[in-house]
This record gives sequence, structure tokens and C-alpha cells, in this order.
Amino acid sequence: MTLLDVNDLRVSFASERGPLTVVHDVSFTVGTGEVLGIVGESGSGKTVSLLSVLGLLDKRVTTVTGQVSFRDQSLLDLPDREMRKIRGRDIALISQDPMTALTPVHTIGAQIAEQIRAHEDVSRKAVRARAVELLRDVRIPAPEQALDRFPHELSGGMRQRVAIAMALSCNPALVVADEPTTALDTTVQAQVLDLLRALRQSHGSSVVLITHDMGVVAEMADRVAVMYAGRVVETGPVADVFNDPWHPYTWGLLASIPPLTGPRQGRLYSIPGMPPAPGTALPGCAYAARCPSAMPICQTPPPEQGDGAHRALCFLDAGQRAKARPKAGALA
Amino acid sequence: MLATVLARLAQMIFVMFGISVLVFLIFFATPGSDPAARIAGRNAAPETVEQIRREFGFDRSLPVQYAVMMKRLFVTRDLTSFVNRGQKVIPQVLDAVPATLSLVAGAAVLWVIGSLFVGVVAAAMRDTVVDRGLMILSLIGISMPVFWLGEVMNLLSQSRFHDTWLFSWVPGLGYVPLSESVGGWFKALVIPWITLAVLYIGIYGRILRANLIEAYSEDYIRTARAKGLSPTRIMLRHALRTSLLPFVTMFGLDFGALVGGAALLTEVVFGLNGVGRLTFHALQNLDLPVILATVIYASFFVVAANAVVDMLYAVIDPRVRK
Amino acid sequence: MSLPADSNQAAASPVAARHLAAVSARGPWALAFRRLRRNRSAVASVVVLLIVVLLTLLAPVYADYLGVDPFRSNLRGQIEIGGEAVAVMQQSTTGLGLGVTPIGPTWNPAGYMLGADNQGRDVAARLLYGGRNSLLIAGAATAICLVLATLVGIVAGFLGGVVDMVLSRILDVLWAFPVYLLAISLSIVLLTSTIDLGIVTITAGSLALPIFIIGIIYVPYVARPVRARVLTLRQSEFVLAAVGLGLPTQRILRHDILPNLMPTIIVFVPILLALAIVTESALSYLSIGVQPPDASWGTIIQDGQSLLYSRPAVALAPGIAIVITVLALNVLGDAVRDALDPRGQVR
Repeated sequence: MTLLDVNDLRVSFASERGPLTVVHDVSFTVGTGEVLGIVGESGSGKTVSLLSVLGLLDKRVTTVTGQVSFRDQSLLDLPDREMRKIRGRDIALISQDPMTALTPVHTIGAQIAEQIRAHEDVSRKAVRARAVELLRDVRIPAPEQALDRFPHELSGGMRQRVAIAMALSCNPALVVADEPTTALDTTVQAQVLDLLRALRQSHGSSVVLITHDMGVVAEMADRVAVMYAGRVVETGPVADVFNDPWHPYTWGLLASIPPLTGPRQGRLYSIPGMPPAPGTALPGCAYAARCPSAMPICQTPPPEQGDGAHRALCFLDAGQRAKARPKAGALA
Repeated sequence: MLATVLARLAQMIFVMFGISVLVFLIFFATPGSDPAARIAGRNAAPETVEQIRREFGFDRSLPVQYAVMMKRLFVTRDLTSFVNRGQKVIPQVLDAVPATLSLVAGAAVLWVIGSLFVGVVAAAMRDTVVDRGLMILSLIGISMPVFWLGEVMNLLSQSRFHDTWLFSWVPGLGYVPLSESVGGWFKALVIPWITLAVLYIGIYGRILRANLIEAYSEDYIRTARAKGLSPTRIMLRHALRTSLLPFVTMFGLDFGALVGGAALLTEVVFGLNGVGRLTFHALQNLDLPVILATVIYASFFVVAANAVVDMLYAVIDPRVRK
Repeated sequence: MSLPADSNQAAASPVAARHLAAVSARGPWALAFRRLRRNRSAVASVVVLLIVVLLTLLAPVYADYLGVDPFRSNLRGQIEIGGEAVAVMQQSTTGLGLGVTPIGPTWNPAGYMLGADNQGRDVAARLLYGGRNSLLIAGAATAICLVLATLVGIVAGFLGGVVDMVLSRILDVLWAFPVYLLAISLSIVLLTSTIDLGIVTITAGSLALPIFIIGIIYVPYVARPVRARVLTLRQSEFVLAAVGLGLPTQRILRHDILPNLMPTIIVFVPILLALAIVTESALSYLSIGVQPPDASWGTIIQDGQSLLYSRPAVALAPGIAIVITVLALNVLGDAVRDALDPRGQVR
């Protein structure tokens, strides 16, 4: 069942030089209980897309068009008062940087309690009990004492767990996790991902996992959407996209992961060139400038390949793909 | 926590010492004329000048002179004025304190409430007419010399509109002690309070607005919004609460400027018998002992107040508490 | 309400950004100047300031045109109003009718446009002369303050160590001393003495006293941010590189530190000018600033105090002049700060 349906989402920011379009006609869906990974480089528009879905961008400088429906309710033209009910209760956000995501002057207990009481009418004692439960769920030691701590007394990993606890406090149907592990050490990363996985089982929420790390996607996601320069360039079930990627950008991303087996690479592969600056109006495919398989026709807008679960925004059809994709390891 | 308090107190003592040395150097060690003659005032008899020279130890070394000055200011408190023969200065200063404190405290309360209001409203209604209007008013408030504003207020409330309902309740210029009449005390101070507060509401309203707007671009505000909290709650409990911190520090700094300058001028304009007015009369009469006493006592008060504010900071900002 | 961290900037090419930074220092200046030019209120305030300066500079011209000496009492003077000769000092109609009241504003630029003061002098002409002094004192004090503060800030920030510690302690103490009280102390002592510096003698009535005093008292206000900036610059990569290369200190100061310090200093100019004007007016009002026979806006307000209820123009006019000038400076100061120092290290 589709929980979140985003169609032709377009986000522009007002600037001195006129409106800058950062997200172009992005579409994706999230079903109940599934994890959608959204992967792309910094600036690809992944965070902006989700923030605009939640209505968290500054309305004075941002224009959002398209259709976004959550449980068959259109979100984009919802008045803020109604949107507030959905935020935190039905859709929760876990921000990228745990060091700055919590208000420094309130205890974490107060901040968790605040969210619960904003959506539910619960007694103070019950809220506190629930907060302790939540902290226990995210495996924070000594949860009763932790409630009265301030954010600066906790490490980054701990703070991220608190953020997760807060996000899950009202049992949301959908959790948007914006690069939840980027700001953490690798060991802590693994712990947090484990946690997310376990919690998804126990709470049954869907997750939109934003990341730039293909490894995280492989580990956590059911489906994946690859974004580049504000567009979804490939999407599909994780197994399909990883085993048989269609878009040259996805090839590049996968090739950047050092392989566990095979000959040792002399030099780590990275995709040459830079993504286009946001707002640059490109006649055709945004990736054409860096694509090793670019053809003259790529100067015109690329069509969508595939019509099932697996789709890509590219001119290469099945036949051309097989020839164009470099053999595994050959890019090193 | 105790360590921080002690450290701050030590710093306060050090600064007070530094200020006392500086005042001493200015009053007693400035080249260009005889300090004894300066203290004696105009048209002093040579015997008086000689007497001063002995009493203040001008025939001894500088450190001794400093010690004598400090002793006469704080220990024996027998510093006397030579312009008003024999008038003991320190009791005079201490008598003037209630008026100054009343003025300063009331103005500070108004200042805090006023700037909170201006800052929050302007930030919440950012870029609207209300915001721009408040900011322009604040700018004008900052640009008016406080003593001139006081004169204008006097012109309106004592003269031009005194007979209208607006200002008929305003008593004549002067301070009414609290012990004498609460109502009178209050009525005599309302206009001076407003005059004094206007300048600082202007400054702090603008700063608070800027701080709030900056706070709004912080991550934790985004988290708060994502939690589904109401805009009022976000503004007051998250943005304002964190923006108060620099507000408090600066309050401490400006309190000094208030007491040392603006309050002084306000007392003069409104005829309030506070330390400021005392200083003003002494300036006109070139009565140096009085000025010496008021400057030191006022400075010490300001430094102490600053230290208190700093220590209060630890209460407000949990990050500082370790 | 916020833009997410990875919006526009991150996607722009880092290579291009590095290139832009390496371009000569004219880049950021031209950018700042353009931003300033586009700011309409900034342009308006510059125009206002220029008008004020121009008017005050024309003070002698106006006095000539009036044919009066605005510094000389004119108790028995007469002027023509509507063809009739009117005494400048009129019989007082209030109270017991025993005193004299100067005439009020004639609103006629030909004479006594803003009325006369206690001594029968033309207020409008005095206003212009007073403005000249006020602005002169403010400008000179600002210059002195900036030079001294920059010196102290650079020495403390660059040399570090004991020098920094001593200077910082001194600055702390100076800064803790309420500014006006310090000004009062210095004024009262200097007014009762004559300073002989060997090359120049400063007498009690000289304008140099308020200039010097106002210049000194605000030094900690500027020196502390300058020192902080120098400390930051000292740790920046290009300075560390220069030091590592063994370049002479003088060159580092001149080529690396000073140009990067300029924005911080320039932001202070309008702020200090505004502070100086207000401080000078307060000191003059208290009779410890500009001394008679010189006039300044502050002294004229003091002149007008006894006439406040009968002839308010005398006290109101200089105050309004101050408000206009200081308001323009504040608006300009905001704009300059936005153009040069958006992070707001200066209050």
C-alpha cells in the first residue's frame, strides 16, 4: 500500500539572479513498511525534496509545485495548522547533524516530552515513563538519569539515538532519516543502522533513508532512488539496481566502492568532473557532461527507460547498456 | 560551579583594583597642575592647599598616596569637600543612592520588557510593516541623546501638555522618596524611566531581533518544527530561550553605560537627587573630592553588577555550568 | 523556516570557489561597494550626511550673509520683521513681567530663523557653527580612536604572550570603567590643568581636549574586536605560511594582516562617529566638553535649557540636528556592516 506518493515535485529558491530550481520533477513512492533509500551527492537535492514534502522550507523564498499525497491526503496545500499535526506524529524527521539538532538549553527529557504532549493528551508521569521506554529502546544506558541530561553532556552517537527516540515517540507511519550516520564514526554508524533496522521491525514504520553512501543503501533499503542534479535518474528495487544498474551515474557510484575481492586498486575511482551548479538550465541530460557514454542526442531531455519497478532517465536502451557499461573493475 | 564563582569574584576584585588605580592616576598624577590645588578648588587659601598636601600625603610616594586615598574613601570615609566646606562626601554619596537605584532599576525593568516585546514581535513578523516600523522606531530611539529626549519629555509633560489628561498627573521635577509616598515616588519616576529605557529598548530590540532571526536558521529549530510544535512555542521556548544568552551578557555591559552615563544625564534633566546629579553639581563647582567619590563608588557598583550578571549567566546557560 | 545546509553553495564547483578566493583583494571590496550602492537607505543616509556637512561648512558664509557675529552678545539688537523694527530681547510677558525673553523663530532665513538665545544671538547661525565643531570633534576623535585601537589590537594580537596578557588586562580594566565616568574624570582634571607636551600646549579651553578624551575612552571598544580578529588572522593558513617562510614581520603586517583587518575597522567608522557625536553633546551639555566661547550642538542645548518652556526652539533645534545626523550614521553603519561583515563580529 502506498503511504507517500510524490509526483513531479519541483522546488525553486528565490535568489538575486531569479528563481533557482533545485529539484526538477522528482517522483517517488514509499509503501507501508518499506525502506526507500535516496542516494546522491551533496547538492543533488535529496534533502531539499524531503524537506519540501514536510513543509519545512521557508515559504517566503521557496516555491514548491507538484503533487504530494500522504495516505491519500494532499500535503502541499495543507494549511500549516493541519501540517503540524502530521509532522512529528505521522511523519517524523531525523536530522543530519546530531550535534546541532537538539536545543541546547532544554534537557532531552523535556524535548522528548514536548513532542509527545504536542500530539497526545497524556499525563506528565505517563510521558516521562514513555520517554524512559523510548530511550531504552534506542539502547541509551541509564535512561532515567539520561532524561535529565542536557544535549551537550552526550556524545554524538548518543544524541543521534535521542533524535531517533524523539522521532519514534509518537509511532509515526513514516520516518525520514536525513543522512543519520554521516556525522558519526564508522563503529557508531553500524550501531545506529542496526538500531534503525530493529526499530523498523518493532514499530513497523516506513523509512525514507537519505544518504550518499551506497553501502548503507545496500544494507538497509528495499528500494532505492538515485538522484543527480535535482532529478531522480534511476529507481527500483535494491537488488535490481545493484545487480543491473541502468544509468551511467549509478555505474559511477557503484564503481567508487572499493571491492572486497579481486585485485587491489591502485587508485580509488571517482567520477571525473563536477555536478552542475543548481539553477543552471541544461537543455538535456544533466549528467551528459560527465558521462562516458554520452551521445549527441543527450543534449535533449532524456526519456524514461523501463515501465515497471525499475526505471532510469537515460537514452541508453537495454542493448546499448550492455555494451556501454564497463566491466567490473575496469574503471580502476 | 564554586570554582567559577570564585574565579569570577577574583577577576572582579582585580578589575576594581585596576579602576581604583586608574582613577587615582587621573586625579592625582596627571601632569599639568598641582593636585592639591585642584582638590582645594578655586580661590583656596594657601593654608588649605598645604593642609590638603599633608592630609593626602602628596609629600610622600605615589603608592602611599594611593593607600591614603583608598583609606579615606572606604575605611574612614572622612573625605571632605572643600567647595562646600567640611561637608563629608561619602555620606552625601550614600544618601543619593536610593534615588539613582530607583531610577536605574525601574528603567532596567522597562528596558527588558520593552526590548523583549520589540525583538520577539519584529522577528516573528519579519519583513512586514510591523517589523520595519519597529526597527525604524528603534533606530530613532538610539539616535536621540538621552538628555535631549528628557528635555523634550519635560517640555511636553511639564509645560505644553501639562494641563491635559495626558500629563496632568506628572508632578514637578524632583525625586520623591519611596518612604515618603509610594504613589508620589512612582509618578515622579515614570517619565524618567521611559526616557532612559527608550534608548536601550532601541538597542536591544534590534539585537534581539537579529539574534532570533539567526537562531531560526539553526538546526534545532528545524527539529522543533519537524516535531510539529506550534510557532509560538518554537519562538518562545526554543529560539528566545537560546537568544537570551548574548542578551544577558550585553545587558551587563550596558548596565554600566546606563549607570555611568545615561542615568547621570537623566537625573540632571529631571532634577532627581541621585548620585548623577550630585556629580553634575560637583562638576560645575569643580569639587574634585565629590567627583572622585562618585566615580569610584559608581564604577565599583557597575563592576560588581557585571560580575553578578556573569554568574547569573551560568544559571541560564547549562553549557557553562561545569 | 530555514534553508537546509546543502542547498546552493555545496553544489557550486569548489574549484571555481578556490579560484575566486585567490583573486586579488579588490574582489571583495568591489562586491561590498556594489552591495552598499544598491542599498537605498544607505545611499539616502550618505546624502543626508553630505548635506549636513555642507551646511555646517557654510557657517561662516551664512554668518556673513546675516551680517552678525553669532558669538557676540546682541542684547540690544533689533531686526526687521514685516517692515517693523523689533527688539531682539523682548519684555517678558510671563510671570511678573520683569525679565526679558528673546524672540522666537521668525522662520525667515534672512535673520533669526530659529529665534535668539539668552544672549540675543542668532540660533540658526550658531547651530551651523556648533555643527562644525561637533562634527570636527567627532571626526578627529574617531580617527584617533581607530588609529590607537588598531595599534593596540595588532600589537596584542600579533605578538601574543606577555605583551598580549598585559594589554588585555589593561583593556579589560579600561572597558570596565563606565565610559562616561571615565570621560568625566578626564575632563574635569584636564580642564583644570594645562598640558604641556613640549611641542604643543593644550589649554583648558581647547577643542583638543574633547577630541582627545573621546578618542581615548572608546579605544577598548574597538581594540578588543580588532585584537580578536588579529588573533584569528594570525592562525590563518596564509599568515602561518608567511611566518614559516621567514618573511619580515613588517611585511606580514602590511600585506596580510592589515588588509584583512580593514573590513572590521571600516565597520566601526560610522558607529564611532555616531557615538562620538552623542558623547560630545553629553559632555558639552554637562559643561565639561566644548567650552565657551566655542559652541557645539551640546552647548546650545545647554543654552536652551533655561529657555526650554518659553523658547523651546533653542534646545530643540540642535537636538534634532543630532538625531538626523546620528540616525543617518546608524543606518549607514548597518548597511556597511551588512556589506562587509555579515557574520556580525561588531555590535
